[in-house]
Amino acid sequence: MFRNLSYKSQRIIIIIAFSLIPVALLFTLAYLPVFNMFRYSFTDWNGYSKQFDYVGFENYKTIFTDPKYFSVFKVSLYYFVGSFLQMGLALYFATILSFKVRFKNFFKGVLFFPYLLNGVAIGFIFLFFFRPDGTLDTLLQAIGLGHLSQGWLLNPNIINVSLAGASLWRYMGFNLIIFLGAISSIGKDVYEASDIDGANRWHQFRHIILPSIKNIIQLNMILAISGAISAFDIPYIMTGGSNGSNTFVIQTVDVAFKYGKLGMASAMAVVLLIIVIIVTLLQKILIKGEK
Amino acid sequence: MYQLKYRTASIFKYFTLILGAFMALVPIVVVLFASLKTGTEYNSTSPLSPPADWLNFANYTKAFVNGKMLLGFANTIFILIISIVGATLTGSMIAYILNRFKFRGKKLIMGAFLLATLIPSVTTQVSTYRIINAFDLVNTHFAPILLYLGTDIIAVYIFLQFLDSISESLDESAMLDGASYITIYFKIILPLLIPAIVTVVIIKGVSIYNDFYTPFLYMPSDHLQVISTALFKFKGPYGSQWEVICAAIMITIIPITLVFVSLQKYIYNGFEGSVK
Repeated sequence: MFRNLSYKSQRIIIIIAFSLIPVALLFTLAYLPVFNMFRYSFTDWNGYSKQFDYVGFENYKTIFTDPKYFSVFKVSLYYFVGSFLQMGLALYFATILSFKVRFKNFFKGVLFFPYLLNGVAIGFIFLFFFRPDGTLDTLLQAIGLGHLSQGWLLNPNIINVSLAGASLWRYMGFNLIIFLGAISSIGKDVYEASDIDGANRWHQFRHIILPSIKNIIQLNMILAISGAISAFDIPYIMTGGSNGSNTFVIQTVDVAFKYGKLGMASAMAVVLLIIVIIVTLLQKILIKGEK
Repeated sequence: MYQLKYRTASIFKYFTLILGAFMALVPIVVVLFASLKTGTEYNSTSPLSPPADWLNFANYTKAFVNGKMLLGFANTIFILIISIVGATLTGSMIAYILNRFKFRGKKLIMGAFLLATLIPSVTTQVSTYRIINAFDLVNTHFAPILLYLGTDIIAVYIFLQFLDSISESLDESAMLDGASYITIYFKIILPLLIPAIVTVVIIKGVSIYNDFYTPFLYMPSDHLQVISTALFKFKGPYGSQWEVICAAIMITIIPITLVFVSLQKYIYNGFEGSVK
């Protein structure tokens, strides 16, 4: 049926037909929600009543003044610090796995594998890991550090460290694979030339690898910041946000769906979105400035 | 002297690798151990000690049957197949026209897709929920399907990158034979995109299989449970029967392990491809 049309009219038809669904989906599921979110954030809407009032910046004022809302940012810091550790480890393993190592694929696979696991499964695995007399306590006893055992998920001073640790375990493999990919794009001849010049591994890391993958490292740092602010799965599944482990997103979901304050929750989401966008733009500017 | 230094470095390297592998595996291996223990055995032994009987699958049967995990798998597979086929088709279609044609609004569409990557979906969940609700899709399979289709920007990128490497002279020679654009897309482009499709299917498939938030929020009904919400339900009633929970955890991990072991190469390629 299309055969009989000229290529010019075919072109118009195919452009419209092929872009219609993706663009419609993009606008209804990415842009419309953002637009609505901004609108709701200035209201006291509960999510189901027919009418609602515009309250101006009231919701925003509450977020930045009420310690109940503000304290969640402190929790993000744990995930933020954790993700730097995570990147350091990933960079270390990516570097040694880029050179000659026995059982290279085994190590690569094992270190990457946790990233593929179901979030709920990881939550349960670490509930099991941190239980009193669970895996961690038994391990500590086995190496003679039994006195360090404690309520890993019960002590409000420790809980976020434990949860950030579980998060590190889960996402380290992702950074590892990204770094491995970046390092593998460096030409072999560069290493060979530096070998002749008598460079050791540290020199190679410092002067060849690090500069070549700087952009990827920066990108991962930015992802770390937005990841830290939007931490959800692990704390929600493991603790439900109790004992001071409440994160921004858990708070938002609770405010919206448990307490029915949709206007308030939207304002929180707007704050989160703005932070993420600022951070992303910062990264774009930084990387552009480097080039 | 040099050799001594070299050997110490080498020992250190393997020591850290083994330690890393140990840390990655221990949390999972102890779950495997616990899943094969009987209730009394579980209570009387340390988490680190292996099960007495490696073939004690009683907990697995219990978890599988009581947790209605078959239903979870069925729902997951249903959602997975429709979303992946849909995302591959729509993603490759938009990538095809963006890559091959010049038209007004092209830059705008490209920009709209780019800008959307800046919006973390988790921030807009509350108002996205209102929209899905307005379509009357909450508590149906189609809420997550629509969301998995709509938010897929990574797939578009992968296809765009791959299309660059497919020569346009192929299209042109088909046009000389009188093929329509539709024929070119289905008979030439789509088959040549297969490596990219494999990558998209894996990345997308893993994230859908593992997603907890979307089904948890949009499909609260029991009969709609997917594998991750089925697992989450063990939290309440089996609170103290860790050996059963551990079996349930293993049931969700086994399929992903099989996929990983058999498709390892493609998985790495997919991630490397998205870096470059």
